[in-house]
Amino acid sequence: MAGDKVEVRVLMAHEMETGQRKDASGALVPAHFIQNVTVTHAGKTVLSAQWGTSISKNPFVHFRFKGGKPGEKVTITWVDNKGERRTDEAVIAGGS
Amino acid sequence: MPFPRLPALLLVATLPCVCAAQDDTQKEVERYRQLLAEGNPADLFEAKGEELWKTPRGPNQVSLERCDLGLGAGVVKGAFARLPRYFADTDRVQDMESRIVTCMVTLQGFKAEDVTRNPFSAPGRPADLEALASYVAGESKGMKLDAPLVHPKEVEAFRVGERLFYRRAGPHDFACVSCHGEKGKRIRLQELPKLTDPNDARRIFTTWPAYRVSQGTVRTMQHRLYDCYWQMRHPQMDYASEASIALEVFMAKYANGGEIGAPGLKR
Repeated sequence: MAGDKVEVRVLMAHEMETGQRKDASGALVPAHFIQNVTVTHAGKTVLSAQWGTSISKNPFVHFRFKGGKPGEKVTITWVDNKGERRTDEAVIAGGS
Repeated sequence: MPFPRLPALLLVATLPCVCAAQDDTQKEVERYRQLLAEGNPADLFEAKGEELWKTPRGPNQVSLERCDLGLGAGVVKGAFARLPRYFADTDRVQDMESRIVTCMVTLQGFKAEDVTRNPFSAPGRPADLEALASYVAGESKGMKLDAPLVHPKEVEAFRVGERLFYRRAGPHDFACVSCHGEKGKRIRLQELPKLTDPNDARRIFTTWPAYRVSQGTVRTMQHRLYDCYWQMRHPQMDYASEASIALEVFMAKYANGGEIGAPGLKR
């Protein structure tokens, strides 16, 4: 918590290939990047993002939202262009 | 006639703003670095390294948890802050990376050639050693570097490192000291530390391994040396070689007392 807001920091492990890079043999490395990021809290979406190839490798997201309380859960999901997805859950900590 | 005067007034008014803008730029760069440090992707490598450390692997199917990094078998906490150092079992001075290799060979039964064939990651080919080094270094975060320089072999390594640091060679007639012997030098926008200056050395030596944003991965001190040797057009610096460790012993002497900030975050 930061005041009355919940502070969310997410570090995602992802290659974020642009599809424009070539490998050692000169073949194009196929694009592979996160397309959608959704963060939900108590059944409501608090952040929804559409990403493209200009987002860095291993992206980091930091934002705040109102209405959360310590002990409640925040869920984050990303889906990439190959349909792979990952969902993580975190409990809101008190303090600061 | 107030109008003709106006441009002159404007010019005077804008001058201080230009200076302020430069200060602001510096501040903004600092702020950008701080923001980056909050979400250091090296954390991902630390977590992966810890998992690798604790997982039974290799022909012997054992973990690295009994590895002796200098503070006794199984002690990881604070070990990196006391490296490089002399190890009696191998009868040589070792840095963190060469010691991890030793443990992978003696405990897990890997072959040294296999472990060190691709010590640095490339796109599509992650390197376990980068993750393991991140984990081990991270376990000394916040501690003061206190690399010993007592054992005769440690002193010998220091002398060898010193010679290498100052010895000009190769087609460019370069030595480490060509780039790292003066304060305030830089390559393009990259500042170059004077490695015999404790202020610089403490700040730089203690923040490797580091996540290199430009390379999208963690790089280690061994990689830094390998790359410096390539940039100087010297013969290739072999991974965990005696020469590389000697240079680390040399640098550690000046960096001693600096707070470990590894795994760090660099350009």
